[in-house]
Amino acid sequence: MPDKNIIEIKDVSYAYGTRPILTGINMNIPRGATVAIMGISGSGKTTLLRLIAGVMKARQGEVNVDGQRVNNLDSAGIYRLRRRLGMMFQFGALFTDLSVFDNVAFQMREHTDLSEAMIRDLVLMKLHAVGLRGAHRLMPAELSGGMARRVALARAIALDPMLMLYDEPFTGLDPIAMGIISNLIKELNAALGATSIVVTHDVQEALAVVDYVYYLSGGKMVAHGTPADIRNSSDPVVRQFVYGEIDGPVPYQYPGRKLADDMRLGA
Amino acid sequence: MIHKGLSIRGIGARTIDSVLRLGYAARFIARTVMSSGTSLRRPRLVIRELYFTGVLSLIIILVSGLFVGMVLGFQGYHTLQTYGSESALGVLVALSLVRELGPVVSALLFASRAGSAMTAEIGLMKATEQLSAMEMMAVDPISRVVAPRFWAGVIAMPLLAAMFSAMGIFGGYLVGVVLIGVDEGSFWSQMQSAVDFRNDIMNGVIKSAVFGFAVTWISLFEGYDAPPTAEGVSGATTRTVVTSSLAILALDFLLTAFMFRGL
Repeated sequence: MPDKNIIEIKDVSYAYGTRPILTGINMNIPRGATVAIMGISGSGKTTLLRLIAGVMKARQGEVNVDGQRVNNLDSAGIYRLRRRLGMMFQFGALFTDLSVFDNVAFQMREHTDLSEAMIRDLVLMKLHAVGLRGAHRLMPAELSGGMARRVALARAIALDPMLMLYDEPFTGLDPIAMGIISNLIKELNAALGATSIVVTHDVQEALAVVDYVYYLSGGKMVAHGTPADIRNSSDPVVRQFVYGEIDGPVPYQYPGRKLADDMRLGA
Repeated sequence: MIHKGLSIRGIGARTIDSVLRLGYAARFIARTVMSSGTSLRRPRLVIRELYFTGVLSLIIILVSGLFVGMVLGFQGYHTLQTYGSESALGVLVALSLVRELGPVVSALLFASRAGSAMTAEIGLMKATEQLSAMEMMAVDPISRVVAPRFWAGVIAMPLLAAMFSAMGIFGGYLVGVVLIGVDEGSFWSQMQSAVDFRNDIMNGVIKSAVFGFAVTWISLFEGYDAPPTAEGVSGATTRTVVTSSLAILALDFLLTAFMFRGL
């Protein structure tokens, strides 16, 4: 019987050289959930996503995905695991030399022996799920930002992954495209029977979509809870983020010399 | 980070950096050659790249070859006629092209036409996370993207050099025989008897294969190693052309020295 949690992270720390990026992270993500990892830029949330996908390996602690210890897997093991992961990149990262159709078909052609007729049907079904079946002949350069993101989503779900990872899925989209993407995240998670992790700093969209939120600040997990818990949090760090306050625990001024010294006003 | 100035320390830091990069480049090419399985199993991947690097370079190679040959015709005739040996024009044109100008000039053109394009393409694929996306889909970019381009470059270069030389000989014929009126029979027959298959033609082919290896290696490595920014990719493209050109000329000197040692 599979474990209840698809992801279990225990006491994970990660440093880039001597600079700590993540310290003492613990999190459990149950199967079927949609979870957000939030925080300001540089809080370590993308690093956490990369540790889960095995792009980087945690030297301390355990990262378990579907019962496998990711930080102990060799590269063949990580590639085997990744066949069951789908990832959507910040700006889509579509292959610019391939058409929309070939982008979605890419993994099927690389990893399966399916016939071209079967691939055609599957690709059109995936594109239909994101509303872009009619666009299958277009090249990525002909797509708008929102459409490119949807094609990337269709490509990510090509092999019906058990775990979907979204890296900043809302960045740079207009409100309509944002709504479409957040709706798709929710719908596809249910349709695939997958688990989804959304790394984002778009608070309102994310809080509307997810079941649970982990909040990172300075590489530490400072808060977690349901979207309602996060909205009502009394923690000043979380409040500043959720309500977009300009000054707070995260200072407005980049640290430097005193203003009086820089302006040569010192007596 | 050590400050790189003109100090002794700066020189040391630059030297260490270059040696490190050379090491990365060596590991990169080793990995590429080891990951050639996909290219062998799916030759269509290589053929596609052969089209981009080889076929699309044909125009510039053929036109340049023709003009280089025509200039050789004029210059050669001008010098040879002062010794009354203009009938050797065919030999002069053919030997200069097959031994030197064919491999070297076509490699220089290849570096600026196809090499720079390869660097820019791979650099941009990296900058737009296409290579990371491929890795996330459990497909190794070295075997899927880099290796097919590498083999296409190595295969295309000798073929392009051969076509450059053929076109150049035709250009020399146009100027020497058709325009100036050198005797056609002696132009071709002297060329046939003086050009040796092993010493001249095969050595030219070896040269162009070595240049193809070097240019493709440099282009792919610079693209793969480029910082993922606009500035990084443009810098890498420039370095590809500069480094490739210098590598071609230096290798040409070494290869020529070795090849003439036995004669």
